Amino acid sequence: MTINYLGSISANDLPATFTKFFVEPVSVGFPSPANDYLESPIDLNQYLIKNGAATFLVRVSGDSMLDANIADQAILIVDRSLKPKHGSIVVASLDGDFVCKRLLLKPRLCLLPENSKYKPIYIQHGQDLDIMGTVTAAINKFE
Amino acid sequence: MRLLALVDCDNFYASCERVFRPDLKEVPIVVLSNNDGCVIARSKEAKAMGIKMGVPWFQVKTAYLAQGGKVFSSNFALYGDLSKRVMNILDGMVKKIEVYSIDEAFLDLRHIPNKNEAYEFGIYCRNTIRQWVGIPVRIGIAPTKTLTKVASHVAKNINGGTGVCCLSDQKNISHILKTLPIKEVWGVGHNLSRQLNQLGVYSAYELAQMDIRFIRTKFSVVLERTVRELRGESCIQIENHSEPKKQIVVSRSFKNRIDNLNELKPLISNFAVRAGEKLRHEKQKCSQVSVFILTSRFNKQLQHRGFDSFQFPFPVDDTRSILMGANNTLNAIFKKNYPYAKAGVLLSQFSHPAFIQKSLFKATDQQHLKQDENLMQTIDKLNVTQTQIYYASQYPTGLSPIQKEMVSPKYTTNWWELPMTK
Repeated sequence: MTINYLGSISANDLPATFTKFFVEPVSVGFPSPANDYLESPIDLNQYLIKNGAATFLVRVSGDSMLDANIADQAILIVDRSLKPKHGSIVVASLDGDFVCKRLLLKPRLCLLPENSKYKPIYIQHGQDLDIMGTVTAAINKFE
Repeated sequence: MRLLALVDCDNFYASCERVFRPDLKEVPIVVLSNNDGCVIARSKEAKAMGIKMGVPWFQVKTAYLAQGGKVFSSNFALYGDLSKRVMNILDGMVKKIEVYSIDEAFLDLRHIPNKNEAYEFGIYCRNTIRQWVGIPVRIGIAPTKTLTKVASHVAKNINGGTGVCCLSDQKNISHILKTLPIKEVWGVGHNLSRQLNQLGVYSAYELAQMDIRFIRTKFSVVLERTVRELRGESCIQIENHSEPKKQIVVSRSFKNRIDNLNELKPLISNFAVRAGEKLRHEKQKCSQVSVFILTSRFNKQLQHRGFDSFQFPFPVDDTRSILMGANNTLNAIFKKNYPYAKAGVLLSQFSHPAFIQKSLFKATDQQHLKQDENLMQTIDKLNVTQTQIYYASQYPTGLSPIQKEMVSPKYTTNWWELPMTK
């Protein structure tokens, strides 16, 4: 069999409706049996983010939440539209600083670290606490 | 009755700076224009200190900082992202929305049956945006766009109020309009309000009572529309602003004054190159490039404002043509020994790129055009994140003689600038 090189093609040169047929290199043999079953690649946003307009990313510094699988430098997915419940992991601003802790509403309002090295923070009268949002996931990178 | 709403973010840029800085909750905040020249946004606390809108930063700097105020260079990456979030949320709540500016939107509330429910909707809308994005908004609800502006004005001025004002019954509207000076009415500028004052018209109520025919003949149909709208007759519709841009401007103020052509030329080239990128991004072609150079308005002795345009024989989107036009224009308007403080390049007279005017004198065969287009596309791709290809007349430092010493992190658009927990 002889093959003639007709020039190269990039997906950008094609109208959107045609792109689909060329995502695989065109083979001169049998057409790929998978071509009829093409789906879009897995999108992490879809898995991690429910409400994009209300979701912010926050980077963790420190190991106070290690036992909740949140390591130093992890990226937190924070959804401001979810109402924080007793036991939710939250990002809160306490006296002007952002902290990530588990929120306890009873018996007393408390921000609980998940690492025995650190003590629970009981919110005193006059302390300024705002819950920014609920942490729905944490991304720890290993490499 | 059909009602409209105006959602208006409070002190938007200053509020954005606060979202990721809980330590600045009650601290005065001002935001400066590009190059840190003037104050373009003030928090409530900064307004209370007497900082005026548009005041040059150097005039207030010392006193403001001494009183504990906080200052930021403008961070449009952050403001743009937070604005988009606010608009997306609003878009999900109503059938029709007109994004009027970075911090204002008109909503069509025709799906809401009565004024009580409209008011409740306003409260819900305000709480949701506050909770989801962290931006405070106020909401004016009324039967016409002009009256929603009035309602928003009222909402702002009720201290400790809900931030929502619904003006729907005629008695209420008249009462408010009687207390409102005409210069506060949407679309009535400084000059118009002076002319109306001379006729003895001072309040918005008096304006609304004027004879329509008199307004139309002595002033304009635009003012007639305003009068009708003040009376509750809706004349200005909610529109989708999806129409393409009509012009592109790239301009900067300089930190140091520039009085020679050798220094100015590469800057103008940088502006022209950036304008060309924007033009192609908008998928437009332009037939005119203009250049302006201005001395500082604070320098009373040596004032010069140069402006001129270059007309292309056919629409272009090629940076090389734009550069040629811009440089020719600059040579024509530049005056020696004037200390220029600001300059810019403006592209206008757009037409769609599919339309190509054949030229008698220039080879416009398809192959050449295709080659030029490919060249521009390739350069645009290479220069996406940082400038790697320069035109010979440019400063190789790119566009950024922008001075931004006090800019906050791009909290929402850059992996390396995310907010951090302690």
